[in-house]
Amino acid sequence: MKVLYFSWVRDRTGVGKEEISLPENITTVEELAGWLKAKGDGYAAAFADLSLIRVAVNHEHVKLDHPIGADDEVAFFPPVTGG
Amino acid sequence: MIKVQREDFDYAGEVAALSEGNPGVGGVCAFSGLVRDMAGDSQIDSMTLEHYPGMTEKSLADIEAEAHRRWPLEKTLIIHRYGRLEPGDQIVLVAASSAHRDAAFDACRFLIDWLKTKAPFWKLEGSGDATQWVEAKESDNKSHDRWLTDKKKE
Repeated sequence: MKVLYFSWVRDRTGVGKEEISLPENITTVEELAGWLKAKGDGYAAAFADLSLIRVAVNHEHVKLDHPIGADDEVAFFPPVTGG
Repeated sequence: MIKVQREDFDYAGEVAALSEGNPGVGGVCAFSGLVRDMAGDSQIDSMTLEHYPGMTEKSLADIEAEAHRRWPLEKTLIIHRYGRLEPGDQIVLVAASSAHRDAAFDACRFLIDWLKTKAPFWKLEGSGDATQWVEAKESDNKSHDRWLTDKKKE
């Protein structure tokens, strides 16, 4: 699975993009965030408060309970501020 | 038309293109967003825009298509820049042309309101050596939501 991070989420994880092997017991975005949180202090800081995080799966905005699979591209970022 | 680009754009030329060669256009409405020199009470000297290539284009195309579903439009345009900008620089241009002004005004407002809450861009303000990510505003969510209830104007 491809996972991307943007804005201050990336500042905290320290990486913008990575390939991960999705554990079989991880089936939703929220579970993925919880699993990533255990990867290190930067990840823990990035995912400390999920209410601050927005998610896209395959370029579509989704909620935390959205299902995910090994072929998906998942992105984590703060609320957008363009325009 | 959607353009996501680092370089600046020619406001007058881009807006003129929305009616060129089409005598059926009775009105063009355009909005451009610029980098302000102040963020709250503090002076800024740069604004760097990050985006999510791939999702950005899809998101803007979806918003544009929704505008065409809601209003009788001739053409629409969304240009959004990314990279490092400075106060006074143009960031974004949205515009719509139509036979009559109501559709052009409403669509233009709709395009910028939905872009602000849906398109994956993030602003980083710079002031001297300090940088700070801009926080999303609740007022932008309200502007987005008004188009959920205030549908197509007849």
